[in-house]
Amino acid sequence: MSQIEMQGVEFSYRDQQDKALAGVNLKVEKGEFIAVIGANGSGKSTLAKMMNVLLVPDEGTVTINGLETADPDNIWQIRQQVGMVFQNPDNQLVATLVEDDVAFGPENLALPPEEIRQRVDQALETVGMDGYQSHPPHKLSGGQKQRVAIAGILAMMPDCIVLDEPTAMLDPIGRKEVLETISRLNREENITVVLITHFMEEAGLADRIAIMQEGRISRTGSPREIFRDTGLIAEAGLDVPEVVALANQLRQQGVSLPEVMTADELVNSLC
Amino acid sequence: MLIELENIRHIYQLDDPVVALDGVDLGIERGEFIGLIGHTGSGKSTLVQLLNGLLKPSEGRILFEGKDINSQEVELKEIRRRVGLVFQYPEHQLFEETVAKDIAFGPKNADLAEEEIDKRVREALDLVGLDFESFKDRSPFNLSGGQQRRIAIAGVLALKPEVLILDEPMAGLDPAGRRKLLELLRHLHRDIEMTIILISHRMEEIARLASRVLVMDRGKIILEGRPAEVFNERERLKDIDLDLPVVTDILKKLKEKGLKVRTDVFALEDARDEILTALEKQSQFRESRPC
Repeated sequence: MSQIEMQGVEFSYRDQQDKALAGVNLKVEKGEFIAVIGANGSGKSTLAKMMNVLLVPDEGTVTINGLETADPDNIWQIRQQVGMVFQNPDNQLVATLVEDDVAFGPENLALPPEEIRQRVDQALETVGMDGYQSHPPHKLSGGQKQRVAIAGILAMMPDCIVLDEPTAMLDPIGRKEVLETISRLNREENITVVLITHFMEEAGLADRIAIMQEGRISRTGSPREIFRDTGLIAEAGLDVPEVVALANQLRQQGVSLPEVMTADELVNSLC
Repeated sequence: MLIELENIRHIYQLDDPVVALDGVDLGIERGEFIGLIGHTGSGKSTLVQLLNGLLKPSEGRILFEGKDINSQEVELKEIRRRVGLVFQYPEHQLFEETVAKDIAFGPKNADLAEEEIDKRVREALDLVGLDFESFKDRSPFNLSGGQQRRIAIAGVLALKPEVLILDEPMAGLDPAGRRKLLELLRHLHRDIEMTIILISHRMEEIARLASRVLVMDRGKIILEGRPAEVFNERERLKDIDLDLPVVTDILKKLKEKGLKVRTDVFALEDARDEILTALEKQSQFRESRPC
């Protein structure tokens, strides 16, 4: 059983003719880091919302660790297992102190206070925000806010985190902080990561990339496989990372190069 | 000089006063394309809001064509028409029932004649690459994010500003939407000779578009010059955690390893040619890989 299984998932928003999801099939394994890329309107955010029951399919099924999202009895269990981080850090933090914000989820689980305290401190340490317990969230940078939002999810001890363009509103430092945090959670805590992004460089960090086009997943593969297929990338309205684009151009001019994803890899293969 | 800033300080008077700008002197010539980079909180957004009179500086003067914009002799309404500001996520400010009405909002408030307003709406839509007939009656709220962004920008363009300021206009757009917007900015600058000030976190975009780059840190302009000059200062940029454009990073690393490439080109094709030429030259002297 995969951690996330989607079969034939279809979904339409009430006021729209075109299906937002038009038959999605996807399996995500425990501990996997998958990036979802696609043009605006291709269905990425709708897909993400299916994963923690913010939406349920019109047709088809979504199961999380074997629990079907269409069954209302499963909702709270699934939301405990799959946490979500959104684009705008300002819309996600509700409390006046960082620690209260992180404690919000566990408090709703009616856990004993000592357990909550321990989870909050642990979660803040994991995202590198230890010591900020009694800071007001509005005084934090965008990257710090997103990390507090992630800590709030970690305090629920989830199996999986779904992030919908978590770095779109951040500056370069904030982006780095958040990406490093995500990668570490995946590597060290074995948390499954689903990252939706418009930054192709970020997608390159994942184990696997899924491309969405018009409500369907048109292709999945490793970053190297995906970014090699320049025809597919162009057709989906996407780009390849700059390093890959330069390498592709050099290859077209007859320079023999292995596949590269980073600047250092390209430099070392050339020299 | 079109715009001059003289020793600007700006302090937000909160419980805990924040010095957002701390002694900024800057001159902007007509026709420049300025790329403004720096981290959140470095003062970029405060600076651009001062330029069109949304904020008044705590100290110092801002001159537009030699006149202090915050003095009695200048009408701020006029400044705001001539200096258009596109905020972050400008589509959040769309509010009218139809695309045409939304774009017409500015020109209407500028008391233009009905015919002129209509013409402006057509031109603005045309500029942002959307067909007037098929979009004019649609609700802006049923369009894609990229289309909404372009309509919000059209609303500013309909006022025919001489200076266009954009604060992170590409954020959240997909690659195709970003490319279209970049082409629009290039067109406005090259063909319509608009003065443009672009705030962006993407160094590639800044390097490829700007004629001059300003780097801000903690309320001051700490570096400025042509893109090639600014991005040559790798260490100083690194000190404030700013990256080089990817292409520049690659060329610099190749150069350090002994490949004779220029490091002041930013377009992918130019970088490719630079590397190809250098590889060829070196292989004339040696049989195998040059370095």
